[in-house]
Amino acid sequence: MLIPSALITGFGLGSMYGLLALGFYVTYSVSNTVNFAQGSTMMLGAVLCFSFWVTLGWPVWIAVAVALVLCAVWGVIVERIAVRPFVLRGSSAWLMATVALGIVLENVVLFTFGKDPRGMPPSVLTSSSFFLGGLKIQLLQVVIPIVGLSVALGLYLFSRRTRYGKALLAVVQNPDAAQLMGINVAAAVLVAFAISGLFAGVAGILIAPLFTISSTMGTLFGIKAFAVAILGGINNAWGVMLAGLIYGLAEALITALLGSIYTQILTFALVILALAIRPHGLFGRAAAQKV
Amino acid sequence: MLLTAACLGMVVLGPVAQAADTVKIGHVAALSGPSAQSGESITRGLTIAIDEINAAGGILGGRQIELIQRDDESKPPKGVIAARELIFKEKVAAFLGGIDSPVSLAIVPLANKEKVPFMGVWAAATPITRNKGNPNYVFRVSAVDALVDIKLLKYANQKFGATKAGLMLINNPWGESNEKGLVAADQDNASIEIVGIEKFENNDVDMVPQLTRLQQAGADVIVLVVNAPPGAQMMKSRERMGWDVPVVSHWGISGGRFPELAGPTAGDAHFVQTYSFFGEQGAAGTRLIEALKSKFPAIKGPEDIFSPVGTANAYDAMHLLARGIDAAGSTDGEAIRVALENLDGSYEGLIKTYTKPFSADNHDALGPDDYIMVRYVGNTITPVE
Repeated sequence: MLIPSALITGFGLGSMYGLLALGFYVTYSVSNTVNFAQGSTMMLGAVLCFSFWVTLGWPVWIAVAVALVLCAVWGVIVERIAVRPFVLRGSSAWLMATVALGIVLENVVLFTFGKDPRGMPPSVLTSSSFFLGGLKIQLLQVVIPIVGLSVALGLYLFSRRTRYGKALLAVVQNPDAAQLMGINVAAAVLVAFAISGLFAGVAGILIAPLFTISSTMGTLFGIKAFAVAILGGINNAWGVMLAGLIYGLAEALITALLGSIYTQILTFALVILALAIRPHGLFGRAAAQKV
Repeated sequence: MLLTAACLGMVVLGPVAQAADTVKIGHVAALSGPSAQSGESITRGLTIAIDEINAAGGILGGRQIELIQRDDESKPPKGVIAARELIFKEKVAAFLGGIDSPVSLAIVPLANKEKVPFMGVWAAATPITRNKGNPNYVFRVSAVDALVDIKLLKYANQKFGATKAGLMLINNPWGESNEKGLVAADQDNASIEIVGIEKFENNDVDMVPQLTRLQQAGADVIVLVVNAPPGAQMMKSRERMGWDVPVVSHWGISGGRFPELAGPTAGDAHFVQTYSFFGEQGAAGTRLIEALKSKFPAIKGPEDIFSPVGTANAYDAMHLLARGIDAAGSTDGEAIRVALENLDGSYEGLIKTYTKPFSADNHDALGPDDYIMVRYVGNTITPVE
């Protein structure tokens, strides 16, 4: 019973990490940049959904949809304010600028949403459950991995099977050539950041019923998701998702077998070890360098 | 001309002279962050007590009490910085603490070194008052872990017939304080034994793995020691795995929106308190509820008094501290300490009537007879004993 319940926990949390890490993958694949404060965007999704649904009393589906759209818009804002101005000048300061913008967002939420952590009201996802081999499983615990894997699949199909997806990926290989081929590079990067924000929002809304909603809820998630992105090889969508699941399972199994005080020490140590052995991630490839 | 200058001088000096005349009392607590509600509840108790004392003519022959608050954000380093500011910059006569034991434990050595009385009103870690200070400047009107732990095991056994306790403890100094207390209480209680001890972090989303370990160890009751948000995570994990084991908890879970955060199973947790504003109230209780209603319009009745132990403990602690300062006859820290240790007469407080609440050996005004067990019914804390 210990191992099966840890596996369920691990799959759920792992797909959250994977989903957030896919946000890193999307922007990195298109522009070689990421929003380091991906955890803050995740928090924004949860906070907006709670505010629309509970505080303003909107129907839950509208609350979710509007929260997700606003997370995508936030992704665009991050790109315009904290990434593009620095990239255009050939600076790497977007690294710090995205972190700073995330901190600004967290503090704005602290002032507006309040200091008190809040809890999502019970919904059909948390109040419905079923038994599998004597193990009680909540509906949400199944929905989270399904949504995570569906998003990864959707992203894969979008980037490989659609003209627009292929155009996005062409941008990173050679922005100048892509521009000459009629691809709007600036718009492609914006879309990538919007998708990244959207993924973080989905992760935030899905994790909210399991967790408490506050301005700092995304911080540790964001750090773990970046570790997952690097672990998976940031240029491989399936690799990133798989690394998320591996990380989530490792966390849950370590907690189950050794206790929670060892979880962070051992999982991050494992990430370092994995990267020492495979510097480009478990499923990544070294980028070709033109000389 | 001279007269005008003199008048101006009076106008300018008037408020300054008056301000210097107040007795400054400090307060370091979580005023923001996950336990912000606890800080607010303590503030309410302190404010009403200070209003009452000031309206009755103040202390030390007519001096008014001025409350100076600093936020520790539940972080020990911030708490120490805040305490230093209160001691050295604001020159407070004494100061009170908040909900977080780690913060109070960090402040204790400073209070003892600088000889400024520090009064705990919530944090329950045993070593806060039973510290190495000689003399000891730390007092408390709150529960003491070592005594609460005895109560929790006894209650688990008597109320639920539990004989095998599984401990779920927050991984911080407060959790450690209770681990020691519960293990010691277990040795003195033949009818119940501890079968597993699990720790968790503040940010743990899922505690099913820890709970499964306790379930496999045969636990028939969970003894919980944590504040509200992670405590709610524990309750949600318990609900998710479908384990309807009784939960007996220390009172940290009453410091936030526990019913909202934990969801439908919040009421399953029975926890310890020092006071309940529900049921028949004594003179102090009736007076305090009326004062709270008129001072804080959001409070319409006992159901709106959130984190009630903060308000109750702070109210009594402030009155006892004021009596101590009055008896000391000055704002000198050492004089106040000695006066508190030798308070004569009895004071009819909210939680009980205090007769010689402190002594040189005992700096805790409350004991196990003053604890009650309660649970949430909706958003209200209801006695179950």
